[in-house]
Amino acid sequence: MTNGPAVEVQDLVKRYPKSPGNAVDGLSFTVERGEVFGLLGPNGAGKTTTVGVLTTRVLPTGGRARVAGLDVVSDAVAVRSRLAVVPQRVNLDRSLSVRNNLIFHAAYHGVGRAERRRRADALLERMGLADKPDALIDTLSGGQSQRLMIARGLMHRPEVLFLDEPSTGLDPQARLFVHDQVRELKAEGVTIVLTTHDMDEAAKLSDRVGIVDHGALLALDTPAGLIRSLPGRATVEVTVVPGEGTAGDLVTALSGLAGVERVEQLAAAPGGPSEGMPPWPSAGGAGGLAVSPAPAAPAAPALDTLRLRLYVDADPAALLGPVVALLGTREAQVSDVSLGEPSLEDVFISLTGRDLR
Amino acid sequence: MTLDSETGTASRGRLFGADASAAHPSPARAFAAVLGRDIFVTAKELPSFLAQTLLQPFFFLLVFVVVLGRSGFVSPEYGSIMLPGLLALNAVFGALQSVAFPLVFEFSWSREIEDRLLAPMPIPLVAVEKIVFAALRGLLASVLMVPIGLLMVDVSWPPSGLLPGFVMVVLGALLGATMGMVIGTAVPPRRINILFAVIFTPLLFTGSVQYPWSTLSDLQWFQVLSALNPLTYVSEGIRASLVPQVPHLSLALCLLVTVVAIVVFALLGIRGFLRRALD
Repeated sequence: MTNGPAVEVQDLVKRYPKSPGNAVDGLSFTVERGEVFGLLGPNGAGKTTTVGVLTTRVLPTGGRARVAGLDVVSDAVAVRSRLAVVPQRVNLDRSLSVRNNLIFHAAYHGVGRAERRRRADALLERMGLADKPDALIDTLSGGQSQRLMIARGLMHRPEVLFLDEPSTGLDPQARLFVHDQVRELKAEGVTIVLTTHDMDEAAKLSDRVGIVDHGALLALDTPAGLIRSLPGRATVEVTVVPGEGTAGDLVTALSGLAGVERVEQLAAAPGGPSEGMPPWPSAGGAGGLAVSPAPAAPAAPALDTLRLRLYVDADPAALLGPVVALLGTREAQVSDVSLGEPSLEDVFISLTGRDLR
Repeated sequence: MTLDSETGTASRGRLFGADASAAHPSPARAFAAVLGRDIFVTAKELPSFLAQTLLQPFFFLLVFVVVLGRSGFVSPEYGSIMLPGLLALNAVFGALQSVAFPLVFEFSWSREIEDRLLAPMPIPLVAVEKIVFAALRGLLASVLMVPIGLLMVDVSWPPSGLLPGFVMVVLGALLGATMGMVIGTAVPPRRINILFAVIFTPLLFTGSVQYPWSTLSDLQWFQVLSALNPLTYVSEGIRASLVPQVPHLSLALCLLVTVVAIVVFALLGIRGFLRRALD
């Protein structure tokens, strides 16, 4: 739409008084206009402080931050009219009805009287709240409050919308509804900055994801790019009945394939898919994809079944052909194959560690 | 940069339809809208507001003037001394309570203030709005006390004292609002229960509401204590205007001290507000 990114953060530093370290420690990133940007990090990583600076509520100790091309410190008032915040905790005006929460918010932002009524009714409709314009805030469910806060944020037509943990504590229906809204807003050209520690949500919604820990950016890429950056995390698991050679021969042969980092022999359970293997092709989930050859597996004699896991640094699907072909030349009978894709969670854990915060 | 943001606005207009130009954010409009919200909510809750502000002074008058006066324990003139004090009390405490309690809650549990802190206006203006609104409530609480007082107490206020009396009430309301801003931003929510015991009660009984300050010359420690309470100057100023025959501090002194106190508390309060609003 216009020149310049929606959000620019440059060498941002925030140190709270009496705190031993920096909450944000030299953070830099850019969010393009119309992008959905996910900010991921463990608790205390500096996400909230960063969003606080961007939404003019936290004063930076050093560095620079701009929203919609305006400096968040020197142009704070103008920045506030360009952004909206949907916080994690309900901060609706309990003295006002549902509809008046929207109308007064728009009035604060200088929206004319007739226009704010029109927008309020349209947004109540869109957020599925049209049947409770006069309800009290305290009577709303968690999902309804969340939707009302999104509606409130949209009343003044912000350029950048900050969503803090948008689906924490919501039921699956409410979560999906919020996800649909995020996609619709993106289609309308609104830039969205999402903070979350729900990996699936981040991977599903974000164009790009920044992983933050200890106030610094650890990685920044598309979800797919981040996952690709994890070498040897994708796997191919095969269950075979070895033909002529021994298990050791097969392992050696498979290790020689291009793209295979190492091969591990798993404890085989007699008869069909062994322990730890999903019995069904798992859709979505951790990204596992099971491919069962037809006719079905039980044809193989259970006794000699061998399970191998190949750690690969390439797309596991591309290795499927070479693996099956190689096993075929050894007259090993393949009874089951499954592909394991790494998830964003693997990336997150590999970058931020397993320690509890 | 100006050019950029202008084209930005223009293209957003197309994106959202022709109506997007309907928003004209400005600090003045935001201030008016936030004040409008507060007035709207007060109007909706008028009965509870009236009960909150008028019941206590009504019972003060009932017990000290009607009940005790009837049996001669209290002289009949006491009502004319106490009513101006109650006008001062209502102005100051009506305003103080209208800002201190909501602030403690809005900054902690309800977080309702966040939406106003994100309105397109400077943060100090949000604090000023709170002060103005609280002062309006204090003024209303004090003015509404007048007809009740006139019904219960025999008074003859000199017409020339009405304007200075009203000015003192307005200043008292502003004083209460700025004091409330200081208290509301300084007291952590866990300690809200000590507000009554440690702050409100001493303020209430050392503010020369129930006694003229000059009559304390034989009780000097209490006179000094009362002189430290800004409420004293509002009570005395209103007495100087409405019941000049009762011994009182000079109106000029009362005006001066009250105005200085308003300025000092306003600066402290706005500083406290900024500290709470910004990290």
